[in-house]
Amino acid sequence: MTVTTIGELPRQGEGDSYLTDGTTLGSWLLTHDHKRIAILYCLSITVFFFIGGAGAALIRLNLMTPQGTLFDAETYNRLFTLHGVVMVWLFLVPSIPTTFGNFLIPLMLGAKDLAFPRLNLLSWYLFATSGLIVLGGLIGGSVDTGWTFYEPLSSGYASGALVVVLFGIFVNGFSSILTGLNFVVSIHRLRAPGLTWYRLPIFCWSTYATSVILMLATPVLAVTLLLVIAEHLWGVGVFDPTHGGDPVLFQHMFWFYSHPAVYIMILPGMGVISEIIPAFARKTIFGYHFIAWSSIAIAVVGFFVWGHHMFVAGESIYSALVFSFLSFIVAVPSAIKVFNWLATLHKGSISFEAPMLYALGFILLFTIGGLTGLLLATLAFDVDVHDTYFVIAHFHYIMVGGMVSAYFAALHFWWPKVTGRLYPESWARFAAILIFFGFNLTFFPQFILGYLGMPRRYHAYPPEFQVWNVLSSAGASILAAAYLLPLFYLTWSLLRGERAPGNPWGATGLEWQTASPPPTDNFARTPVITRPPYDYPEPAA
Amino acid sequence: MSGGVPFLPESASTIAGEFNILFAGLLAITGAVLGLVFLLLFRFCAHYRRGNDAADRGHWGRKSWRWEVGWTTASFVVFLGLYAWGADLYLREHRWPSNATDIYVVGKQWMWKVEHPDGQREINALHVALNRPVRLVMTSQDVIHSFFVPAFRLKQDVVPGRYVSLWFDPTRIGDYHLYCAQFCGTDHAAMGGMVSVLSDADYQKWLAANATGGTLAAQGGVLYRKLGCAGCHETGATVHAPKLAGLYGSAVTLRNGSTALADEGFIRSAILQPAQNVPTGYAPIMPSFVGQLNEEQVMSLVAYIKSLGAKPAAGSPSR
Amino acid sequence: MSVPVLEKQFVDLAHQSETAELGIWGFIATEVLFLGGLFAAYSVYRYLHPAGVAAAAAHTKIVIGSVNTAILLTSSFIMSWASLAASGGESRLAGRLMWIAAALGLTFIGLKGIEYAQEIGENLWPGAGFSLDTAEPKVGEVFYFLYWVMTGIHAAHLLVGVAALAIIGRRANSGAYSRAYHSPVRVVSLYWHFVDVVWIFLFVLIYLPGRSL
Repeated sequence: MTVTTIGELPRQGEGDSYLTDGTTLGSWLLTHDHKRIAILYCLSITVFFFIGGAGAALIRLNLMTPQGTLFDAETYNRLFTLHGVVMVWLFLVPSIPTTFGNFLIPLMLGAKDLAFPRLNLLSWYLFATSGLIVLGGLIGGSVDTGWTFYEPLSSGYASGALVVVLFGIFVNGFSSILTGLNFVVSIHRLRAPGLTWYRLPIFCWSTYATSVILMLATPVLAVTLLLVIAEHLWGVGVFDPTHGGDPVLFQHMFWFYSHPAVYIMILPGMGVISEIIPAFARKTIFGYHFIAWSSIAIAVVGFFVWGHHMFVAGESIYSALVFSFLSFIVAVPSAIKVFNWLATLHKGSISFEAPMLYALGFILLFTIGGLTGLLLATLAFDVDVHDTYFVIAHFHYIMVGGMVSAYFAALHFWWPKVTGRLYPESWARFAAILIFFGFNLTFFPQFILGYLGMPRRYHAYPPEFQVWNVLSSAGASILAAAYLLPLFYLTWSLLRGERAPGNPWGATGLEWQTASPPPTDNFARTPVITRPPYDYPEPAA
Repeated sequence: MSGGVPFLPESASTIAGEFNILFAGLLAITGAVLGLVFLLLFRFCAHYRRGNDAADRGHWGRKSWRWEVGWTTASFVVFLGLYAWGADLYLREHRWPSNATDIYVVGKQWMWKVEHPDGQREINALHVALNRPVRLVMTSQDVIHSFFVPAFRLKQDVVPGRYVSLWFDPTRIGDYHLYCAQFCGTDHAAMGGMVSVLSDADYQKWLAANATGGTLAAQGGVLYRKLGCAGCHETGATVHAPKLAGLYGSAVTLRNGSTALADEGFIRSAILQPAQNVPTGYAPIMPSFVGQLNEEQVMSLVAYIKSLGAKPAAGSPSR
Repeated sequence: MSVPVLEKQFVDLAHQSETAELGIWGFIATEVLFLGGLFAAYSVYRYLHPAGVAAAAAHTKIVIGSVNTAILLTSSFIMSWASLAASGGESRLAGRLMWIAAALGLTFIGLKGIEYAQEIGENLWPGAGFSLDTAEPKVGEVFYFLYWVMTGIHAAHLLVGVAALAIIGRRANSGAYSRAYHSPVRVVSLYWHFVDVVWIFLFVLIYLPGRSL
């Protein structure tokens, strides 16, 4: 984005960035600065990511042998519950929006902060509190319902500690809602002069779509969990089949949130990829309007496909027919994005730094995840592989192969902007490639396992499945090592890394037009935008 | 179940055969798309890498809408085809043949209890005859379970408080895994066993060897008299209550004006929640039997009432 | 207190006010989905058991419910008046009117408390001690489960509204708002009306089934 009046850049290496504006603990814990709040989120979700990851590692260790000798059934069930709950609500849902969304949205809008800075800080406190409550319930109590909390297993048959976990997720929901609200209002009201909707970076469009889902889906989860909590307290409830209630109603209400939540988890990643591909291909993004509107289409249609989680749950065959159809429809905008990214590469001048490697990995893995999603939307196919490892593999390709790759892509791409330091490129490339191969070795065998019929959430399994499980566990150990690598070299970069210039990638985004790290007020003077985004020069033929 | 590395599951039902064709089709189409994406990605990355001066980078395509409409339409049409194919098979998975034998299944933590029409009972096992279609009438006593036989390519969640059906026509003799696919608590992974498809002769032997006192319907009849149902529902009773002969499979007009099909689920509901299933012309005087009967007893009552049908209703026992 | 603070991310006070109002509308949208989920659960259950729900609903206290409806509607009227007064620059009048609206809200809570006490006395609290003399007492128990959850959530919202009215009313009473800047009054007003509208839905869903004859 070319900017005509950017004002003078603060000088490099001087003590006038947001990082040096106050050094006490209080200046961090009571900050209203969106950039500092982003750092607070980043630190918290990193902790939660490794806790959830430890759960995954123990699950894979247990599944090395068919008898599941490492843990007894109850411990195993608690482990996958912990893994699911922590990864979904404490890592994936907040991951990119609360960190890079918080950091970048005001910068991309040319604003000094989000619309409601105090609410933003409150969101983080709610998030951190909810994390502690959830972990307290999961580790302190015996919660083994899985992250889906299906009724009536989660009421009459579950331990009281579940109430603590549900309450934690309820609090977490407030954090999600306030974050989404803040982004929606900011994108509507705080755009710099000249920054029309079609001059917004794609990341803003996808964050906007994500935020709308956060605002409209999360409340339904909140009230559903509240009904389960009340059912625990009274011993009777609206989902209770012994009182004429319908346990399948719980699934409808749960997936009304949790399916759109899948798009909360992938749309921001798509936004990140749409920033990185043009930057490293040195080329205007292909089909800007289609990529922008496809995010909105996903958010809207995504609200009407929840029933595809229930093809064998006892919903009527007519609703299954409708939900299957809509699930195919919602796949169309995702296909549009993939084809547009490919077209952006065409005639580009492509370089392969770590963020680009992650982005290319994202396209490959997301495509596999998306195509297997089509298989699952196919009614008769879903009947066989529903609740098997095929589903596990599918959504890990989207969540881990897609969203976690995008998170790492964003982390490396904006690392110089956030910290003012460069990261070690060779190490980063090595980690990116290792993650790609480790990931595929972990999860591709699970497609085969699922097709062979291995159900999910099994603590022990028939011996003929062992080969694929051992391969998967071997991949998981590579993946675990690869995820730990950035922890070391990024810490090194923080302490010893080379100072980063304002725009190390030669990218066009507004965030690159200010200093690295940016000053507290982001821009010395409010920028005025006169050009479309991704305005890279076209080489002469 | 042999040695070596398994790639494909066994196929042992009519549905499985059709499913395999569907899967092959899905694999071919998605594989082609995946191949295209991979090919373009690697080709562009190699050819347009920075530093390759041989690449022509001029004349960027800017008018994108032809491409957009092209690939949007192509995706949509392919998706529509996949949808129709999958939906067609799904519908047939839900339409059972009229000669199917009804076998009753109750799921509970952590076992499958099976009751055959002739009174044979088994736990975590199911014996069926080759090429003889079977319809399972299932419910759960506690939480949601899911009856899953990969070799049949079939799965159905078993929900407490209602009856669900699953039918199959076994096409190969052998023993096949039966799993619970819906997480149901601590011993979820242990809730399963084998479905054994037997030849007709072996099946008859198995039935004879496991014969019990009477058929399921007869057991239901005993319970029917013990609970005093006969006192109101038989001819000659002083209380005005609907007669049950021929009820199964008929359409019942309820007091609130709606019409219900008297299938297994309706009969179960009428026993447990009579107040909301009162036929028109009758007073709501029947007591509820909820809490007095377990699901297996309710199933025997349902089997008994089905056996009272004057016309042999669809799906009644073949022998 | 009398000088409004312009936060750095806004161009001017009008910009700040518009943004705050968009914020509360967004928040109300989330609340609609929150309560919508609850109403959907209630409606599905009522669809499954129409007679049992109607019989149980006949035991609700229609007189207190109706009086409370009138009280909330009145308070909304007064809140609208306060909002108009604030936009006309009459900050002190707006403050007093908001206190009256808050007092009506507290009256509602008081009456609701009496109603709750009567219901607990009639063993309508779900659980072991629950008893209801209808053909389908188990359905009645779930109806009262939903009754306590729905009215409890509404009462919690109302208490938040009373607190907000008291605080903003106090500021208004000290003359903090003017023709140019009164968005806090507009914001609490929108929230208060929303809580009122929710009650109208609750009144219809809870008190009226089984009373239509």
